[in-house]
Amino acid sequence: MKKHLSLALLSMIAATVAVGSLSAEEAGHQEIERQKWSFSGFTGQFDKAQLQRGFQVYKEVCSACHGLKRVAFRNLVQPGGPEFPEDAVKQLAASWPNQITDGPNDEGKMFERPPLLSDPIRGPYHNDNEARASQNGALPPDLSLIARARDSHREASWYIHPFLMLGDILNAYQEGGANYIYALLTEYSDAPADYKLTDGKYYNKAFPGHQIAMPPPLSDGVVAYQDGTPSTVDHYAHDVVAFLSWAADPSLDQRKRIGWQVILYLIVTTGLLYLGKKRIWKNIKH
Amino acid sequence: MGGHTSNYVPTSRWGKWLDERLPIARLMQSSFVDYPTPRNLNYLWTFGGILTVCLLAQIVTGVVLAMHYQPSDAGAFNSIEHIRRDVNYGWMLRNLHSVGASMFFLAVYIHIFRGFYYGSYKAPREVLWILGVIIMLLMMATAFMGYTLPWGQMSFWGVTVITNLFSALDTIYAGLGTAIVEWLWGGYAVSGVTLNRFFALHYLLPFVLTGVVGLHIWALHVVGQNNPTGLDIKQPSDTVPMHPYATAKDSVGLFAFLILFAWFAFFVPDYLGHADNYIEANPLVTPPHIVPEWYFLPFYAILRAFTSSFLGIPLGQYAKLCGVVAMFSAVILIAFAPWLDTSRVRSTKYRPIFKWFFWFFLFTCVALGYLGSRPAEGVYVVASQIFTVCYFLFFLAVMPIVGLIETPRRLPRSITDAVLSKSGAGLPTGATAAPESR
Repeated sequence: MKKHLSLALLSMIAATVAVGSLSAEEAGHQEIERQKWSFSGFTGQFDKAQLQRGFQVYKEVCSACHGLKRVAFRNLVQPGGPEFPEDAVKQLAASWPNQITDGPNDEGKMFERPPLLSDPIRGPYHNDNEARASQNGALPPDLSLIARARDSHREASWYIHPFLMLGDILNAYQEGGANYIYALLTEYSDAPADYKLTDGKYYNKAFPGHQIAMPPPLSDGVVAYQDGTPSTVDHYAHDVVAFLSWAADPSLDQRKRIGWQVILYLIVTTGLLYLGKKRIWKNIKH
Repeated sequence: MGGHTSNYVPTSRWGKWLDERLPIARLMQSSFVDYPTPRNLNYLWTFGGILTVCLLAQIVTGVVLAMHYQPSDAGAFNSIEHIRRDVNYGWMLRNLHSVGASMFFLAVYIHIFRGFYYGSYKAPREVLWILGVIIMLLMMATAFMGYTLPWGQMSFWGVTVITNLFSALDTIYAGLGTAIVEWLWGGYAVSGVTLNRFFALHYLLPFVLTGVVGLHIWALHVVGQNNPTGLDIKQPSDTVPMHPYATAKDSVGLFAFLILFAWFAFFVPDYLGHADNYIEANPLVTPPHIVPEWYFLPFYAILRAFTSSFLGIPLGQYAKLCGVVAMFSAVILIAFAPWLDTSRVRSTKYRPIFKWFFWFFLFTCVALGYLGSRPAEGVYVVASQIFTVCYFLFFLAVMPIVGLIETPRRLPRSITDAVLSKSGAGLPTGATAAPESR
């Protein structure tokens, strides 16, 4: 009985290994490279200067099509974020190109007004239909949650998988979305000769299916940094992804800081409780 | 509770007055202070306490979250983001609640496998065990409906897939399944109406759960705890009072578990979820892979193992029905373990053959979990089918047959004997101390 079981098990393992590696190749799965982020791991925190640069990239490039509706202007001032000075953000809001529809006023009419600190950072379109109409049918997604709404998976055989999982848990790996967006922003290229690209689409190695409606948004020099950071696509991409990661998870700094306090408290308490337990059980064989 | 009578003595006049009218302090004392617990319990026995804390933590965080949540098609997703961004420490409550569900299941699965290993389901603990299975079912229903509430893509499509399972009943009686599904949905598709009723039930069921947990603890205190030897308590020296002995051990186990809990809640809160659930529910766009939460994966694998054929047996139009029946039976079958297992020896420690099957069964469940996370194609389907058979064979063949053919190792005479021979202090009497002898 046992022999049969182990035989069945062995053949099952062999088959899984064989097909597991096949299916990964067949799917043409693009391995997303992991980047270094200041906010990765269990101690990582956002880099304020990087978030400020990232917001600049968002403002000057992305905001032409993409909104950031779950982030309010006031959030740009709050601790743990880009922490711009409040006056600067007030001015920024007042001059933001996309107005807020408010009302009705005393005459019962809706009206447009510049955003206040408390208003969301709106994109250029009032609704999805308007966006699609002006984007050739494609919908530029709101970017507030994009860094958490995307992920990059590592393909591995089933016997490797548990170790990768354990490694990710111990390293507190949460940057699958960030790595994916970085890859998406930097992996535009010419389509291979045998690839049929639809008109008006662009070839992108990171994008599922490889053809994307968004034209390559970044090129060297499009954003003029003020702090001496080199104006390259690589820097733009890193900075804007850091900013979007903050937008999707604005409490990250606080979460990890409190997390360490909680973990240390629990470790010390567990230790003390263990010593107490040892003492209580000292004279009892168990 | 149970045969144990309390040695509670009221120390104040007020205490005496209350004791004569409502002996609640006496009950607490007899149940949780001087209650006799086996002296040889290991750390696997701390999971009962851990689970109680998990349940309370879910209720406390859940009630506060419900104060900020809006169960509507338009409001649900936004209100979760409002909680994460604008509510004071809302991000923490939300993470503790969502990670808490996973930790609850992790603890309950360890608790159940501990029961399997040490034979905690056998007489006289059948009712205790069945109550446990009911608790697990309630947990599953609650967790499933709770996962709907963020109203992300995986929430929406998860509900769509799972509620649609009932439509399999159409193959038995035309229209029956469809009628049930529409009744569950409150319409012709999953919508805000479905969300609203799921929220109501998600709020209700944990309190039902708490009631059944009360019964579970009551039943436990009637028959007494099992222990690593599986032997009955025979003499006072087999036990120690619950407090401070078991409580001291329970608190160590609880706090060690909380370290893991906090690690997930504070450092990898998204690890156990799906990125797709940060996209608002959209009935017009189906995600590429619809996968349930990790704790449902083994059952999901069993459900999907029934394709148009099962290991060469053609199923035709009944494939879906078979899958649904198999999935529910996989849970229900656990309740029958007390009668399926024919061995009178409780602890697997003394069961040389069953031991191997136990570990293989654990492997089967993990393998099914892995397969549930894979796309249902190619060798994954075949492997799911084989492991599904293994799962059912464990209950329907291994449990009854091994009990009949196996010669158990010699049992220690009592818990005290087992403990004293292990620690080497004070030689126990005679051969009972050598568990390896045949």
